[in-house]
Amino acid sequence: MRKHFSAYIEKLAGEEDIIFVTGDLGYNALENLASKMGNRFINAGVAEQNMIGVAAGMASQGFRVICYSIAPFIVYRSLEQIRNDVCFHDLPVYLVGNGGGYGYGIMGSSHHAIEDIGTLSGLPNMHCYIPAFIEDMNTCMEEMFTSRKPSYFRLGLGKNMPATLTPQSYGAATAENPDAQLTIITQGPVANNLLAAWKEHAHKDKTELFVLNKMPLTSLPEAVSESIQRTKKILVIEEHISIGGIASAVSLLVNENSLPIDKFISLHAQGYPNALYGSQGYHQHISGLDEENISRIINTYF
Amino acid sequence: MDTQKLQGKLRTNILDMHFRANSGHIGCSLSCIDIMISILKFKERGDTFILSKGHAATALYTIMNEIGEIPDEAMATFYKDATTLPAHPAALKYNAIPFATGSLGHGLPLGTGIAKAKKIKKDAGTSYVLMSDGETNEGTTWEAGHFAVVHKLDNLVVFIDKNGLQGFGNTADILGDTASRNRWEAIGFEVAEVDGHSISAMLGAKQQMVDNKNGKPKLIIANTVKGKGINYMENKMEWHYLPMTEAQYEDAKSKINTDYNL
Repeated sequence: MRKHFSAYIEKLAGEEDIIFVTGDLGYNALENLASKMGNRFINAGVAEQNMIGVAAGMASQGFRVICYSIAPFIVYRSLEQIRNDVCFHDLPVYLVGNGGGYGYGIMGSSHHAIEDIGTLSGLPNMHCYIPAFIEDMNTCMEEMFTSRKPSYFRLGLGKNMPATLTPQSYGAATAENPDAQLTIITQGPVANNLLAAWKEHAHKDKTELFVLNKMPLTSLPEAVSESIQRTKKILVIEEHISIGGIASAVSLLVNENSLPIDKFISLHAQGYPNALYGSQGYHQHISGLDEENISRIINTYF
Repeated sequence: MDTQKLQGKLRTNILDMHFRANSGHIGCSLSCIDIMISILKFKERGDTFILSKGHAATALYTIMNEIGEIPDEAMATFYKDATTLPAHPAALKYNAIPFATGSLGHGLPLGTGIAKAKKIKKDAGTSYVLMSDGETNEGTTWEAGHFAVVHKLDNLVVFIDKNGLQGFGNTADILGDTASRNRWEAIGFEVAEVDGHSISAMLGAKQQMVDNKNGKPKLIIANTVKGKGINYMENKMEWHYLPMTEAQYEDAKSKINTDYNL
């Protein structure tokens, strides 16, 4: 997604109210952008908190400011600046975190962001975008750059959206099925593991999928609510801890709406349960987010 | 009104607000009210101001009221339920208060961003920031300082209210003199040191800084006295926290009346 993101921003570079600030990252990705933007491309150095404060100051003067770093560095190091300087003042500062979830794999836990959405999505005025595919990355970026709201964009390794999914205006790609007996909800590029498990699954025709790309989830989209009422069975898959992620949001909304549920399973990032490290795929496997485990969990519903 | 009378009047207002609210942070406001007069009473078109030491909010509110940015009716609600004037400035309430501060170390990055934006847009005006000396403990203050130097933000003028006291001790004893001239000059700031209770001295230093377009961000170290004007509060850490009794309030007001020729 990173190069696609960079290419998208290059197209925006001519808009005079856009400023791009990087926290000293972008080697072999942002060089073109830097030369196109001139004095509106700023390397703020290895000083993420100041990067956000400066961005808020510039946004208060009418600019839309993109702040780019590795996801955990921008989210955790700068949290108070994000909350106090950006969110309290409802400023158009767009945090772009590369490598959300276990995206940085073998780089280790310092480089992972598996609590980012829970950390940010409850802040006032904050909009989190967690695209799963190149296509919904475009729609998320369009919305973000026109909304002028505090935003967080979680960049992962996205693939193209398969033809089996249909994009929806409420921020989702779906495979709806009126005969479904299981509602599957997922978020972010881990959707690709689900799709791999699902495309030839024996129970595929008894499921329907919702790939949701925005947080916080303040209400259940109508199609999701209808699906849950029909199937009464929910499986949620996310590369984020269970606290503050989409499963906890769905669970709250299901209860607030008194929807009767027979079964609810949350597959989510488990952290580092065996204290061992590896690729993104390895951590997904340890957390049960891999294709094989997802396939097995789907079987338990039938 | 002459400046001495204004200094006295705003001190009286600060005392009134704190007495009615039975609230602390009196010493912090009395320490920096004269700096704020120098910046805000003599504001020019395009100037912006951030009070980074948000705990001196009564000083900010009283000078904002003086220059017509906060109405009297709002002033009467200070510290009460459903107010727009809490003990630290709130977000999105008054145009002249662009940022809700109160957590230290936020003001310099914000003011630096404003100065940088002005440079990009070629806008006139100065970005002013008022910090406490305690705030120079914060890493973000130094991150922003280095950024301002590299970006040649000579439209940034920072005041440090250097009263030598912070939350729980003398600044020099805690992390050393992080608000010293040589440390800030060493990173590339142009630094002046003035009496932080002399309006004329501060106006002179400020004008010199604003006029000097030499590519360096500016720092004015304003040497101040915490609790300035009330003898029993001066240089006492406890007046960061304490509210006044009625007798103390009356005593304080009469001292201000005498000393500032009200």
